[in-house]
Amino acid sequence: MKSPFNKLALPTRAVAFAAAAVLAVSACSAGSSTSSGSSPGGDQSLSIGLVAEPASLDFTTTDGAAIPQALLGNVYESLVKQDDSGKIVPSLAKSWTVSPDRKTYTFDLVDNAKFTNDKPFTASDAVFSINRVKSAWTISLKGAMDVVAGAKALSPTQLEVTLSKPSNDWLFRMTTRIGAMFSESGVAKLATDPIGTGPYKFSKWNRGDSIVLERNDGYWGTKPFFHQITLKYFKDPTALNNALLTGTINVIGTVQAPEALSQFTSNDKYQVIEGTTNGEVLLSFNNSRPIFKDIRTRQAIRMAIDHKALLDTCFAGRGKLIGSMVPPTDPWYEDLTSIAPYDLAKAKSMLQASGAAGKTLLLRLPTLPYATSCGQVVKSQLEQAGLKVRIDPQEFPAAWLNTVFKNADYDMSIIAHVEPRDLGAVFNAKYYTRYDDPTLQQYLAAADSGDEAAQVDNMKKAARRLSEQAAGDWLFLLPNLIVADKNIKGLPQNAITENFDLSKLAR
Amino acid sequence: MILRLIERTGVLLVSLAVSSVLVFAFMAVLPGDPARVALGVNASEQAVAELRQQFGLDRPLTTQYVDWLGGLLHGDLGTSYVSKAEIGPQVFDRLQVTLLLVLAGMVIALLIAVPAGTLMAARHRKVSGLALSAVSQIGVAVPAFLAGILLIMLFAVKLGWLPANGWTPPAQDPAMFLQQLILPALALGLVQGAVLTRYVRSAVLDVLREDYLRTARAKGLRPFQALWRHGLRNAAVPVVTVLGLQLATLLIGAVVVERVFVIPGLGSLLLDGVSNRDLLLVQDVVMVLVIAVLLVNFLVDLLYVALDPRLRVGSR
Repeated sequence: MKSPFNKLALPTRAVAFAAAAVLAVSACSAGSSTSSGSSPGGDQSLSIGLVAEPASLDFTTTDGAAIPQALLGNVYESLVKQDDSGKIVPSLAKSWTVSPDRKTYTFDLVDNAKFTNDKPFTASDAVFSINRVKSAWTISLKGAMDVVAGAKALSPTQLEVTLSKPSNDWLFRMTTRIGAMFSESGVAKLATDPIGTGPYKFSKWNRGDSIVLERNDGYWGTKPFFHQITLKYFKDPTALNNALLTGTINVIGTVQAPEALSQFTSNDKYQVIEGTTNGEVLLSFNNSRPIFKDIRTRQAIRMAIDHKALLDTCFAGRGKLIGSMVPPTDPWYEDLTSIAPYDLAKAKSMLQASGAAGKTLLLRLPTLPYATSCGQVVKSQLEQAGLKVRIDPQEFPAAWLNTVFKNADYDMSIIAHVEPRDLGAVFNAKYYTRYDDPTLQQYLAAADSGDEAAQVDNMKKAARRLSEQAAGDWLFLLPNLIVADKNIKGLPQNAITENFDLSKLAR
Repeated sequence: MILRLIERTGVLLVSLAVSSVLVFAFMAVLPGDPARVALGVNASEQAVAELRQQFGLDRPLTTQYVDWLGGLLHGDLGTSYVSKAEIGPQVFDRLQVTLLLVLAGMVIALLIAVPAGTLMAARHRKVSGLALSAVSQIGVAVPAFLAGILLIMLFAVKLGWLPANGWTPPAQDPAMFLQQLILPALALGLVQGAVLTRYVRSAVLDVLREDYLRTARAKGLRPFQALWRHGLRNAAVPVVTVLGLQLATLLIGAVVVERVFVIPGLGSLLLDGVSNRDLLLVQDVVMVLVIAVLLVNFLVDLLYVALDPRLRVGSR
């Protein structure tokens, strides 16, 4: 049960979109005068522009993507993390082994990490952090830790975690905020004073404006380039663009208005990075509604939509067409766009056959720019195929969450699901998609409990099943669009993790 | 005089009490459960109920109101549902930012309106007066955010003279503070100045027709001397009224300008609060704005008396 939205707790503008894309990096001209030695960047500082400010710094009790985006991997570290290709690699755990029954994980931890409150990081902190997810976290993502039967410290550097059943997904979730390591004496003021082991430490939060991080000089790993990084928040995309154009900032990480990109692509002062994210923009069907019980109706809707034209119209042609709930960076990605190719004539006849032609569908859209503009295209294309569509805007997040997400009072909606590997979370009977499919659940269970090959194989089957069953329609995958000054290095091609890795940035 | 002061103070207190009830009642009926928004959508009913209890949202509305009002009177605005931080210091910080912006805007508006309006009145039948009048009409028609965007395009993006956006506290870097203040203050001030100019013009025109001004001319003063010595103070009464009303508009209008210029003022705090369903924060900010507006009106009432001795005599 994972919440797919970027920024539940953040303001309206491009919220879901915000988390999917990454950050904007901006130069902070006011370099600190503190000298801090050994790093290549010396006293250089950088300020990173983001699109939506966290509501709190405590991601254990406040949902939304902005907090892990800023703090995970930078202030907090986890035992394992994802590398650029999506592989799970060591972080605070040097290595780990899995028992033959795939239920016991033994982690060897680094012995030189310490928290910014000067307490050393040990296996008992890991036990504390894992147990605390169940006891003190309140956000729905904490469910990822339910599979843990017990955790114990075998020695200060050895941790054993026992699962109640084999779960590949658990280790993956340990790379997300769920896996963040806390100090037992450092959780008193999580909302305002985060304490972790990361390459940066929290310095200051100017509410409504910016969060300042400083290089953690006691960091156990490779020290980062920049002495100070300011995460600066812009609600208005034009203001963000202007800040880059006028040199106030150096990078826009989350381009919210792709139609405005041309002013940067045509200027050789800037680099434009275009990659992929985990943000599937889903045209969701309420599968519990009678009209969607007939598979022909669902398939016809998918075939009535000209996805290429839609992407050109509502997202300036940026982004990638996907035919299911899997981004290209997942190991089980396959191009499934050919399962329901655009075919207006066939869509019309299928709608006639299923009896849905002429019926009215209620398309409840969150008030996010991409949803609003794509919704118009969907409406006009479906009406060409013989359906009637009534658009009903819902204020995002609060009203949309209540009406569509919680009460499932809708026929169709559009939202970007930006959580990594969220296929199983989004398509089940309890979720707002109300998609009840035992075959899919079998594939997912087999993928979770099997070895690596079985996981890939079964996830492929699951993705294909969803697409063939037309459980929803995947309009497109949000692009990772970054614009930066030419000389900024270390920006990610693809945005596939919950965090923006500041430690790799350099000038 | 004293009676009038007591009367106005009474009106102020009653208005404050009534508006606090209205603000509270309005927040109570707003859809969207703050506990659910804070916890995320898949949170269990039990977790939501626990958080509601922690926030005190499960208590009767009257108890919540009395607690809130009691806190307000002691300067305690409570703790945010979302950020878990004290609301008082946040509101105070943001209020300072917005007040600085509004005051700067007001100063610019006055600097434009008083000379321009007076000139327009003095030359109201001449081409130059009509031209000024036309320009001010355009100013009235342009919303502040559009003025802001145009100013950014010209002075920041095109010419690169001033920063496009941002905010630095004056104590931290006064030079940067001023640079960043100029454009948003102009955006607010130009538009308000245009509106105010119309009022100054008509007030001065009225004064120009008065007998006492003719008398002043008759005793040998030049037109502008007469206006300066005897006219402006009289013309100020209606202008101060409008100024008071405009100050209220400016406070609210700053919300949009803050957004365009990425300024962490009360307006952006309010917008964030609404979208996070941080109801207590919204309630506090709205109440602070209401208090500010009522106080301004109260002060304007008092200013009348200072400006116009007849009002003092009238109410004895």
